[in-house]
Amino acid sequence: MINIRELKFRYHGRGPDASSTFGMRVDAFAVPQGSSTALVGPSGSGKTTLLGLIAGTLRAESGTINVNDQAITGFSDSDLGRFRISNVGQVFQAFELLSYLTVIENVMLPWYIAGGGRKGDVRKRAADLLRGVGLESKINARPGELSQGEQQRVAVCRAMLNNPPLLLADEPTGNLDQENKQNVVDLLVEQARRNSSTLLMVTHDESLLNKFDSALDMRHVAQLLDGQSQR
Amino acid sequence: MTGALFLGWRYLAQHRFKSSILVASITLMLFLPVATRLLVEDSAAALTARADQTPLILGARGSELELVLNTLYFHAESPEEIENRAFAEAQSTEFAEFIPIHSRFKAHGAAIVGTSLDYFDFRGLRVANGRQMGLLGECVIGANVAARLGLGPGESIVSSPETVFDIAGVYPLKMTIAGVLAAGGTADDDAVFVDVRTTWIIQGLGHGHTDLADAGAGAAVLSRRDDMITANASLTQYAEITPENISAFHFHGASDTFPLTSVIAVPPDQKNATLLRGRYQDSELLQLVVPGNVLDDLLETVFAVQNYVILGLAILSLATVAVITLVFLLSQQLRKGEFHTLLRIGASKGYVAVLIASEIGFVFLISALLAAALTLVTRHYAMQILQTFLTL
Repeated sequence: MINIRELKFRYHGRGPDASSTFGMRVDAFAVPQGSSTALVGPSGSGKTTLLGLIAGTLRAESGTINVNDQAITGFSDSDLGRFRISNVGQVFQAFELLSYLTVIENVMLPWYIAGGGRKGDVRKRAADLLRGVGLESKINARPGELSQGEQQRVAVCRAMLNNPPLLLADEPTGNLDQENKQNVVDLLVEQARRNSSTLLMVTHDESLLNKFDSALDMRHVAQLLDGQSQR
Repeated sequence: MTGALFLGWRYLAQHRFKSSILVASITLMLFLPVATRLLVEDSAAALTARADQTPLILGARGSELELVLNTLYFHAESPEEIENRAFAEAQSTEFAEFIPIHSRFKAHGAAIVGTSLDYFDFRGLRVANGRQMGLLGECVIGANVAARLGLGPGESIVSSPETVFDIAGVYPLKMTIAGVLAAGGTADDDAVFVDVRTTWIIQGLGHGHTDLADAGAGAAVLSRRDDMITANASLTQYAEITPENISAFHFHGASDTFPLTSVIAVPPDQKNATLLRGRYQDSELLQLVVPGNVLDDLLETVFAVQNYVILGLAILSLATVAVITLVFLLSQQLRKGEFHTLLRIGASKGYVAVLIASEIGFVFLISALLAAALTLVTRHYAMQILQTFLTL
């Protein structure tokens, strides 16, 4: 489960973005293990930031974040990397597949990063996942040869490779048509349910909310600091 | 970290064109200076080795380099010829052992070298197949000539006329191959060796034809008056020396005046060498040169040129390194998103660094292997190239 207490985060822009600042505070936030939660709210309300904090790609100024009883706010960068690989599956809005790898190699990317287990077993697991989403005939194709819906399905398989207890999806349907949106959300919910993973997904699309156990409005989860609303 | 190596390799394989250009640039950058230095060093070693084995060369005054290259490598540019008399006079001094060389003609692209049997002992040449030449018109051929033309003992090789329009005297002579020399990796492998008198026959100073005094020569006799017999155009001149017609071969003129291109002198000690050099110091027609010294002068120039070439290549290499660095930096800039994805999934910064380093490492490793292979191949053929250059 996810448990956040008295969390304070502040972002200072760098380079050409130097003048922008963003800050938010989360007094208390909890998501039960195995549930599926949609995170909604207007742009700049901190949805993506919250996902980044839970995944450990962003660092909080103060407060605690517990994921499956691990206080990740005290982790070093390398510990956070290891934590993400084994505990968090992430699906991004722009898919972020590597163009020079085949579909199955993209799904195996977490294994290429962290190792663990025999390659043959991992490859079989990746092939099974791809079969499950109807892409068994495209395992040797390059991402550029796939439709956007297919690419997002590959990204979901990549996120599921290590059977992560936590699945984070940041607007994964933002670039898809209505039919593909429904398919990808169904896939995510189904995979999370099958694996007893906690699913937390950011979306702007209210038509998808009925597929989740619950939906949280970010405006009720976090308070923006200094009245800034840059992100 | 093997995963990072795999990703690095896949990236390079996917971007073959860019990778190939990088590999080609680095290969040339590594290969050219190393190969230049090795080639010059190998060539210098090969040149000086043969020169150092040849103590002194007697020849006509003129280009020392031409004289040395013709005597050592049978270079096609013949030096001014000397008379056979010079050889006889040198022998009479008894300061050294003297070996005549007449290297002017060719047979199927190979130099015909007229010499004496002493040459074979001096160079340590051994007949690998057949026997040593014994008769006028016989030859022994170098291993490369035999391999290139597919010739062996008992077969024959024909000398080439100097020009197509040369009807004055140098007729093709069919020479019988008595033996094939063992390969030695020197210029001797590419030569056809004959007795020096055979080269004089090729030059037209000696010939063989039907005996006009013989009653059977009737049709070839234009007129017969007292002791003087004049032949007509139907007189048969022999183009091959055989046991049957060898007695019909004869020379016109005094053999003292017959030509040689040089004489190799092998003095028994330094004292005799000095005395011999003193004898020819003031000669207006002849010169006695130390081949090693002549080639040292040549190599001094070659090394100076080599240093300039390597300096130029080094400057070019610096420019190449700068361009390659720029290519890698731009590539990293373009791939920031990809590295960010890897970090977000859980890769450490060290992992990304290894990924980048592996790509650079693969490019340099492949380039280094290619450069090494190219250097080996070039070095393997260097001596052949040098040999060809020297005999041109």
